Amino acid sequence: MSSKPGAWRRLLPGARWGLISVPYFWLLLFFAIPFLIALKISFAKAAIAMPPFTDVLYWVDGFPVVKLRGENYLYLLGDSLYINAYLSSLKIAAISTALCLAIGYPMAYAIARMVPATRNIALLLVILPSWTSFLIRIYAWVGILKPNGLINNYLMSVGLIDAPLKLLHTPIAVYIGIVYAYLPFMVLPLYTNLVKHDHRLLEAAADLGAKPWQAFLKVTLPLSKAGIIAGCMLVGIPVVGEFVIPEMLGGPETLMIGRVLWQEFFNNRDWPVAAAVAMVMLALLIIPIMIFHRSRAKEMEGRLS
Amino acid sequence: MNAPGRVSKWSWLFLGFGFFFLYAPMLSLIVYSFNESRLVTVWSGFSTKWYGALMEDEQMLGAAWISLQIAFYTACASVVLGTMAAMVTTRMRAFRGKTLFSGMITAPLVMPEVITGLSLLLLFVSLSNWTGLDFARGMTTIWIAHVTLCMAFVTVVISSRLAELDRSLEEAAMDLGANRFKVFFLITLPIITPALMSGWLLAFTLSLDDLVLSSFLSGPSSTTLPMQVFSSARMGVSPKINALATILIVSVSTIGVIGWYFLERAERRRQAEMQLATKQ
Repeated sequence: MSSKPGAWRRLLPGARWGLISVPYFWLLLFFAIPFLIALKISFAKAAIAMPPFTDVLYWVDGFPVVKLRGENYLYLLGDSLYINAYLSSLKIAAISTALCLAIGYPMAYAIARMVPATRNIALLLVILPSWTSFLIRIYAWVGILKPNGLINNYLMSVGLIDAPLKLLHTPIAVYIGIVYAYLPFMVLPLYTNLVKHDHRLLEAAADLGAKPWQAFLKVTLPLSKAGIIAGCMLVGIPVVGEFVIPEMLGGPETLMIGRVLWQEFFNNRDWPVAAAVAMVMLALLIIPIMIFHRSRAKEMEGRLS
Repeated sequence: MNAPGRVSKWSWLFLGFGFFFLYAPMLSLIVYSFNESRLVTVWSGFSTKWYGALMEDEQMLGAAWISLQIAFYTACASVVLGTMAAMVTTRMRAFRGKTLFSGMITAPLVMPEVITGLSLLLLFVSLSNWTGLDFARGMTTIWIAHVTLCMAFVTVVISSRLAELDRSLEEAAMDLGANRFKVFFLITLPIITPALMSGWLLAFTLSLDDLVLSSFLSGPSSTTLPMQVFSSARMGVSPKINALATILIVSVSTIGVIGWYFLERAERRRQAEMQLATKQ
């Protein structure tokens, strides 16, 4: 009701702030402040106590003393395990995002060109898997890829191989799982973008002598940039911190930082190191998250005006 | 693309491949849930015994009940908070801290759950430590984590509906003397009801499915269904999980397809009515 500025205050003083403050307070308390707490605890030291870490802030003769220990961060830097885990998470996220884009773009393109009735059914078919359990869909791949699983049984029964291939607990299995689970998140924003394109632009390009692939590269692809960015961020950012897929489909050598954080927390019970791992991950992801936020804000603005 | 119907053979082939990739694994789960053998992927005959075994698994059923409760309360709270957040982002002029607000409402969409789960746990532990009160981990803490995640998704669904909504309806009601509350409850809310329903369903399925947040925030007596499934799936494949998967896939798809059908029909009817109204 931006058309009548001030109307909120005039009609119902306080209603505006009431509406803002409830979700604002919730997000501040349960989303933003927890990061600050985690940042603080990443400077503490693990201890056998409850909670299992030392105090960063304590009182000496009535004065507050803040003791920040950089040990956890030095420890992350000093142990190649952590650096390798970060690098390999970024690599896996980049490759699987590219794979999702390569499969998802043609799918979104084909759906966007259908007649509306078929289009809606095709769209439903893309979304439907993401409604059913993520965990169970990853579990399905264990049955398909394991040594006596569906693929190996089939290949052995037709005589192509004599001994089962090692498919499960390999990097390939991790890529399959990620692409499988995240593909709908790539297709949807691409579809939303592509379906809005004006086909007359392509006709104009054809009239001016462009071949279909030239028209695609010069018209469709640049116009779908926003969709590509949104899709890549929706896939790439969460994959960096993925835990379930590398844990279930990857081998012990599949290093991913989400898995390392999980082990630090649940197995080693070293909460401060886990917090430091999370904070470094957050620092790596903050720029992609801001790019994602900007692309979403721009899209909303376009729809509101 | 406004030139519908021009889907080339290659596109159909690609779509077919894409859908095969998406659906074949789920179909294999369903088929082998009726397998007699304990070796999940070696077919030895039709049987429904694993469904019986699942029904006797007290731990699994208890976890399912906990998950359903959390998902129900999460969906309700997320729709309320998500609607408020969507009204703030689409209907309000800039206010101090709006950038932070819109950042906090989009970031959960992509933030890795290991980061949010750990941070939220550390918040509750610190709160207990400072206040002396007991913020024990359990269903309530899981619910808080789920609501924080799901309200972001609900906000996306509802604000895209609000952005499409014809403002003149709201403005007309206001010109006729209705106040903001009246306009919202009599005009806006009925129009966005389909979006509220799909937001509710989305939040429900997201909550029912979550493993990572729940693992960080659960206490001794609040093991959720995904946690239970995960710990038994870690031991290897089990026909019981296939049976559970089949029940989940079939019920979620049925509810999803029915819900989608009705929403689609309501949407079409609304558009037809709008067209009629503008013609007159």
